[in-house]
Amino acid sequence: MYPEYMMESLKLVEKTRPKRIDLAKLGKPIVKPMSLDERGQVLDKFHPDYKSNARKPLRIGPNKGESLTSKVVDILESHSRINPDDIDLSKIDYDVDILIVGGGGAGAMAAIWAQKHGAKVLISTKLRLGDANSMMSQGGMQAAVNPHDSPVIHYLDIIGGGHFDNKPELVYAATMDAPMITAYLEELGVMWDKEEDGTLGTKAGGGTSRRRMVSCRDYTGADIMRTLRDEVKNHLDDITVLEYTPTIELILDDKGQVAGALLYQTETEEYVLVRAKTTIITTGGFGRLHMQGFATTNHYGATADGLVIAYRAGANLLYMDSVQYHPTGAVFPEQILGFLITEKVRGLGGQPVNKFGELFVFPLEPRDIEASAFIRECTERDNGIKTPAGRVGIWLDSPIIDILNGPGTIKKALPAMVRQYHRFDIDISKYPMLVFPTLHYENGGIEINNKCETKLPNLYAAGETTGGLHGRNRLMGNSVLDYNVFGRRAGINAAERAKKVSLGKLHLDHVRNYEKEIKDAGIETKRISPILLPDYRNFEVIRKHRKEFDPFLGGGVTGFYEEK
Amino acid sequence: MEPEQKMIPIYIIGEKVLVPEGSTIINALEYAGFQLKKGIGCREGFCGACATVYRLPGDFKLIGGLACQTVVQSGMYLAQIPFTPAQKAVYNIEDLKPDVSSFTKFYPEVFRCVSCNTCTKICPQEIEVMDYVNSIIRGDIALAADQSFDCIMCGLCTIRCPSEMAQYNIAMLARRLFGRYLTKRSDHMFARIKEMEEGKFDKDMKEIMGLPLEELKKKYVERDLNFDIT
Repeated sequence: MYPEYMMESLKLVEKTRPKRIDLAKLGKPIVKPMSLDERGQVLDKFHPDYKSNARKPLRIGPNKGESLTSKVVDILESHSRINPDDIDLSKIDYDVDILIVGGGGAGAMAAIWAQKHGAKVLISTKLRLGDANSMMSQGGMQAAVNPHDSPVIHYLDIIGGGHFDNKPELVYAATMDAPMITAYLEELGVMWDKEEDGTLGTKAGGGTSRRRMVSCRDYTGADIMRTLRDEVKNHLDDITVLEYTPTIELILDDKGQVAGALLYQTETEEYVLVRAKTTIITTGGFGRLHMQGFATTNHYGATADGLVIAYRAGANLLYMDSVQYHPTGAVFPEQILGFLITEKVRGLGGQPVNKFGELFVFPLEPRDIEASAFIRECTERDNGIKTPAGRVGIWLDSPIIDILNGPGTIKKALPAMVRQYHRFDIDISKYPMLVFPTLHYENGGIEINNKCETKLPNLYAAGETTGGLHGRNRLMGNSVLDYNVFGRRAGINAAERAKKVSLGKLHLDHVRNYEKEIKDAGIETKRISPILLPDYRNFEVIRKHRKEFDPFLGGGVTGFYEEK
Repeated sequence: MEPEQKMIPIYIIGEKVLVPEGSTIINALEYAGFQLKKGIGCREGFCGACATVYRLPGDFKLIGGLACQTVVQSGMYLAQIPFTPAQKAVYNIEDLKPDVSSFTKFYPEVFRCVSCNTCTKICPQEIEVMDYVNSIIRGDIALAADQSFDCIMCGLCTIRCPSEMAQYNIAMLARRLFGRYLTKRSDHMFARIKEMEEGKFDKDMKEIMGLPLEELKKKYVERDLNFDIT
């Protein structure tokens, strides 16, 4: 439950509620949305990406000279986990058509469609199949299925939300595939929320101009991911899944093609050599890098491994200067710090209010705008509520949802949120949640085209690890769409391509060359990457009796071994 | 001055360690120096990777929980269950009947349920597991899908079941049958797919993709907000 001093602020929230309910019932935006100019100003002054230490120039590789998110530069300016001279490339453990690096939504979708197109597939994943951010998405997936909507309007929402930096061919692919993907997932058995007559239940999201969010209560990603995982496991003759076995470097051949990868079993510490005609990177995002010390909504494994190995092999990156902070992360109680509070709360009518119970922003601005407005309210305007741990947040008025939509709506539409807070004796149908922006999504990533091809022959990528679809800011519900649309496209295109590929002699010269680049640029570091898993161990426990730095998992980038 | 953090003893696989009061089990394990390579996932209660069993001092009962969602208690004895080697049937979802016959065929052990309710008692999601098992036995697939919807497939029910069934995989089949066969189709969705196949949006799409930036911005700013679905 909330401490006494917070209850006093909550009384003010209750006091302003009747007026806010009247406003909401008018059916118009309850606060005027910002103009493009106002958006620019609030971003410039309050978005974490615009802080002076947010970015730094990258000194090596294809994007050399660009200014990227500092932590991303760190993992790219790191040593490989291997010395190529130590690796015997003549002993191939698995010879397959397609290697998929990453076992989340995009990887599972790619495997299913590659198998349909006749390929033998191997999935490498560092935890279990389905242990991914895909499992955690709550609110929904955007698809223009309603009569008053169209893929053209969806296109416009995406490209405006992304500040017009989006790659048009990717936005086209996503919006045009969306209704078909919705139908396909239902054929697999995904349980979309529906009206009695079969109409898909749809909600609005930040930056959408229509109701376009299809959902499975607030377990949307979980229902899709567990269904895709179940489907992959119905095809184990064609799809091999290596769990607890991440990929640590790509392998090239003497024709300049990507030809498979070196994997690493985290428990036995053995290497596994996979030769593959085509390779798909689907490793997801980077929340566990904790940019600027932010808490994250992300999965334990969100360490951008695929980004690193693809870059080391020569792939291009796009918009890796851009980080998404989700407006509504939990700040109280401390045990759920940074956890995602789904945007669906605002989609259902939930309102952000300050310590006086005042509305201070249109609740459904695109995420970067909404998050910046929250930060402004808590810093410059000092209208936030402080927690006992010294953090600050604003109220997300959830009880208003049941008042606007009828009693029981919260319980039915937001069971995960109800459960999360109930564990700490807070009933969100009676009391608001205290929230502050939390590190949520990798807006940029590996550059692909609409066939999911990267710049490197035979290397594909799909999902959060790629950049372009979302420009510099993703809208709610487009990440679930992203991994499904492009997972499928990657699977199909990689399978068709694999039928024509002939591989040459395998080598790791790109790793040698990259090491040389690090040296030539004068970069002195002990960091290694990909970092695989973050390191949150107690500093004193690790340090005891030890003099030398040992960057095993975590790579010296996350956790307590940070280089100053 | 910050108040001093109170420390409490817990036992990790038998070893006593002092950890901060109020930590979740995951945070306590990390505080104690473990770097988790298994038995950990989303850390937010959505993935079921961190199933853990524990016992409290003076009590013989084994209790189940998710390590990321359970706060440590003084004297807690705990061990993690990173994997459940449960059977999963292989089937073609396009080729099934959404009734009890699919379960007779793929999961006949479901009928061995002795209604002991052990599954329900250990479920960290507080799902009425035994109830959905019984719904399946009665052939009410829709009800089973609804009752099991919040399942995160952590496997705790399965390791405790005296009838030795994998409830969470059985429920997965129920939900897939429901989603594919037992809900009314959306007319809007199929109408939209048909429109797209007929090329209804091709012209507008081409036009908008060809717009110069300033005109595109103008179009974006001037777009209407309409949340009425018809």
